[in-house]
Amino acid sequence: MKRAGLVVCLIAAAAALSSFGVPLRAQSRAPAAKASPAKEPPPLGIGRPATPAEIAALDIDVGPDGAGLPPGRGTAAEGAPIYAARCAGCHGKTGREGPNDVLVGRQPGDAFPFAKDARVPKTIGSYWPYATTVFDYIRRAMPPDAPNSLSNAEVYNLVAFLLVQNELVPQDAVIDATSLPKVKMPAHDHFVPDTRGRPK
Amino acid sequence: MKVSRRTLLTGAAGVVALGKTKATAAQAPADSTKVRGKPSRALGQRAPTEKPQRNARGATSSGTPHQDLMGTITPSDLHFERHHGGVPEIDPKTYSLLVHGMVERPMVFTLADLKRFPAVSRVHFLECSGNFGGRTGSGEITPQVLAPLTSNSEWTGVALATIFREVGVKAQAKWFLAEGQDAALLTRSIPIAKAYDDALIAYGQNGEAIRPEQGYPARLFLPGWEGNSSVKWIRRIEVSDHPFMTREETSKYTDPMADGTARQFSFLMDARSLITYPAYPVTLTPGWVEINGIAWSGSGKIKRVDVSTDGGATWVAAKLQEPVLSKAHTRFRHLWKWTGGEAAIMSRAVDETGYMQPTRTELMAMRGVSSVGYHYNPITAWQVRGDGTVVFRAEEWT
Repeated sequence: MKRAGLVVCLIAAAAALSSFGVPLRAQSRAPAAKASPAKEPPPLGIGRPATPAEIAALDIDVGPDGAGLPPGRGTAAEGAPIYAARCAGCHGKTGREGPNDVLVGRQPGDAFPFAKDARVPKTIGSYWPYATTVFDYIRRAMPPDAPNSLSNAEVYNLVAFLLVQNELVPQDAVIDATSLPKVKMPAHDHFVPDTRGRPK
Repeated sequence: MKVSRRTLLTGAAGVVALGKTKATAAQAPADSTKVRGKPSRALGQRAPTEKPQRNARGATSSGTPHQDLMGTITPSDLHFERHHGGVPEIDPKTYSLLVHGMVERPMVFTLADLKRFPAVSRVHFLECSGNFGGRTGSGEITPQVLAPLTSNSEWTGVALATIFREVGVKAQAKWFLAEGQDAALLTRSIPIAKAYDDALIAYGQNGEAIRPEQGYPARLFLPGWEGNSSVKWIRRIEVSDHPFMTREETSKYTDPMADGTARQFSFLMDARSLITYPAYPVTLTPGWVEINGIAWSGSGKIKRVDVSTDGGATWVAAKLQEPVLSKAHTRFRHLWKWTGGEAAIMSRAVDETGYMQPTRTELMAMRGVSSVGYHYNPITAWQVRGDGTVVFRAEEWT
């Protein structure tokens, strides 16, 4: 590996020398077909460095491995009143009624019939492949009448409530940065990357 | 025939046929050569008789009135809308884009900074992957209802590759997260290769600043990929070695397949075509008809558009309007003599990769049915009846 790296360095150095070493007049006389493509310019010095505080203020995403989950914890018991007050109006009393997205429900045998029956709702328990997404999405976008307004504790409690409603965790489960990424989602293994447009 | 079709306007409440003579008479003098015309003015307007409208579909989307347009560029105020938290109002003076994560130099760029970078302008379509309105079961739908969510603009901005070079993206980076500054803080994970292919941070649309509905003051633009991934009002890019599995790329914008899987990160918009004339609610009179429409492909240039006037039994290659641009709406035209009687008019697009727009049967064999129907691009038909009226040939989808 070291030798290969050295060779690459030497080739790069030789290329740099030769391009800089050619007199300008000779370059301008070179036939157009042989002109080398414009070299990538170095950084242009536009913009300014971001401070750690600036990054921390915006960097709220949560990854599938739980990276980015904040400190705190939640339970379904504490989530139920928050759900009733902030969510039930759009998602129904138990998360099954709508009128907006149906959040709660499992398929018999955790089947995946979504291409067979268009009426099957894509609930958290039947279609969402990652539990971490529930936290990330609620925190960034819910509720629509006051988006991006819930505290981390409120979000943890709501996530716990929705996971319990979907029978994905026990009634008394404590949801936090450690437990949430470990929740097994029935839909997880059904998702496959698209291969259209990739080289054959 | 062409004149009368210009007067057929589709409004939010449905299709309204304006009486051309009456509307003109109310506005214009009997002889414009006898009256001094209007003075110059700071901002131009459409002729008062031309009233193309987007059709609002709830509060979160509105569609382009293809039946009222010609050529390939979509006027910016008729570009379709789709948003998940409303259209934000963003002060361009305080706007900034943060780029961080797996980079050598995390940086902040103001709008002025973005405009200082070397710029590029390219014509591309933008299409929402949920752009098939042909499942209503109704024949009385316009092109605007059948394919509301595709539009075509000249986009100006800075290549994302230029910005990635500025911040020094690390070698192990594979994905980046794009986040909007809207009330949905909409996020999508994008493969890093797209940044080095043709992605833009766009701030211009058809020669002026991007419209608020399209991402003012700046948006990500990913040519040929589903609209949702071209995150509008972009405020942050986080470079990473893995996708983030956001709601928009897991529970939404994924495609249940007939084999029991769900296709994920299905960015590519496959080739499709749309006949915009003749179409509902036009009524034909016997004689020559120039069938025309638009075709586009996320894979590159449109190579050919075939037109059939006999329900798909025979096909003829239509004329393509030059220049045919990559990942852009392409106008096709085919002259046809309608002598009366029933006819089913269809088009099918073929792109430069050889991909041919599928039939409904082919599509359903692979995709099954789906409640949302992302990436539905089937060949469709307009049925000309014996009396010259034209309706959409509705088919069973569930």
